[in-house]
Amino acid sequence: MKHDKIERNVGILIILTMLAISAGGLVEILPLFFIKETVEKVDGVHPYSPLELRGRDIYIREGCYLCHSQMIRPFRDEALRYGHYSLAAESKYDHPFQWGSKRTGPDLARVGGKYSNDWHTQHLTAPRSLVPQSVMPNYPWLSKTALDYSDIQGRMRALRVTGVPYSTSKAEFDRNVKEFGEETAKSLHIPDAEKNLIAQAQTGNFDTNPEKLTEMDALVSYLQLLGTMVDFRKYDDDYFAKFR
Amino acid sequence: MSQDNKKVTVETTGHVWDDDLQELNNPLPRWWIWGFYITFTFALVYWMFYPAWPVGNTYTKGVAGLNNVTYVATKVDGTQETKNTHWNMRSKLMVEMNELQKEQKQYVDKVAATSFEDVAKDPELMQFVNSAGKALFATNCVPCHQVGGQGKVKFAPNLTDDHWQYGGTYENIETTIIAGRNGMMPAFKAILNDAELTQVSHYVLSLSGEPHNAASAKLGDTIFHGDKAGCYACHGAEAKGNIAIGSANLTDKIWLWPDVLGAKTPEAKLTEVKTLLYGGMNKGVMPVWSTRLKPEQIKLLTVYVHESLGGGK
Repeated sequence: MKHDKIERNVGILIILTMLAISAGGLVEILPLFFIKETVEKVDGVHPYSPLELRGRDIYIREGCYLCHSQMIRPFRDEALRYGHYSLAAESKYDHPFQWGSKRTGPDLARVGGKYSNDWHTQHLTAPRSLVPQSVMPNYPWLSKTALDYSDIQGRMRALRVTGVPYSTSKAEFDRNVKEFGEETAKSLHIPDAEKNLIAQAQTGNFDTNPEKLTEMDALVSYLQLLGTMVDFRKYDDDYFAKFR
Repeated sequence: MSQDNKKVTVETTGHVWDDDLQELNNPLPRWWIWGFYITFTFALVYWMFYPAWPVGNTYTKGVAGLNNVTYVATKVDGTQETKNTHWNMRSKLMVEMNELQKEQKQYVDKVAATSFEDVAKDPELMQFVNSAGKALFATNCVPCHQVGGQGKVKFAPNLTDDHWQYGGTYENIETTIIAGRNGMMPAFKAILNDAELTQVSHYVLSLSGEPHNAASAKLGDTIFHGDKAGCYACHGAEAKGNIAIGSANLTDKIWLWPDVLGAKTPEAKLTEVKTLLYGGMNKGVMPVWSTRLKPEQIKLLTVYVHESLGGGK
């Protein structure tokens, strides 16, 4: 096609420009959907329970991702400080993922279980009371604000559309039992979402205040889950290298 | 002006708009063109060394052997195996970690094979423990126990004093790190009335010589040792605590949950103790570390905490 003709025909120019600029994306992103090692085969990864899901939404609402990444890279210093590098499989139910690229604060990909619930509650309320040199803002409203879970089923259904296997029917529930075990499958059943959310908050007592169900309960339950789903002791220490 | 435009000497693209508007065709400089060609050549070489092109459900992994990575893997059962694979970041990390293990191996193996007491007596090993332990402590323990292990009232115990709630021997400390702790005291609001709570508080304050009302303390003594409240069951008849369950020694001047030393007036001290008795405490949680740290790291940390911060008996 003659240069002259393209330049004088806006329609063709637009189509050809779009093709040219999408080539980079197509070449870099599309193949990942076909390469079979992209998402590692690993046990233990499951979707969030209703309470953890609300916590994740609060994490996003408060903009935690602006300062905290959730992506441990395969480098020696990161392995020593944060633990095992993050797997693609560990965020396969995250929509959107929270990998991030900005670390004003530390990476949180494996923060689950590292601190007590009480630590998280106090630290989120007043970070400098525990870490004097911290520049993290205070989030005092989290433990005062009652958790609004009225739309939890809607939130789960929205994620279902993106492929997260929350169940609505008996058949889907049975499929989840097979894949994740009965305990987890129950927490993924949409019709029981409110009941499960309250039960988990009461058992876990994440905000260390058993009398009130707050946003702190949800956020801490989410933080305590981060990075704990895969038990790396069950794998050879180079097992995940073969997926790259 | 229109006269000048007609005297263009540079080659044009041949496009003419509005009679005399032309597009000059200035070629790029030679050096730029050559730089461009060199990037092509670079890409060709790069493809031979590194993973590059997607092909179906896999990808090109470079020309075999040209840039392979060799590392030693440790399997779940503890056996080791040398592996060779195409270049990738995860295998490169294995190489880096192999180097680290090699540097530390002589010390790590020796610490693992030596008893706690003998590690503490060996100056060379202690040098390693102090530097490696310091890093481990800073990453994992400082968020709660604070810099230098000084602790925080109403939050985490001071590790530099003589009191060890769960015992201060090497073995005690190691157990605490491995399995974590869950310290709690029940609330007595439903068991004792307000007057009784005050009396027990006076008694508790009297044990360590804090200001108190002697008459009230005497009544509190009876409640403390009585079966209704049963304080003695956990804290012991002499109120010296029990390291098996982490109950506090009430006879020393060390306070973790009620901030008695921080309270200025006798009334404030009483309120601190009474509030704790009233509502109980369920926050004495030390996380489990066996899932995060390796056994050799826990041993290092145990010796570090015992030696550098001052362990007890």
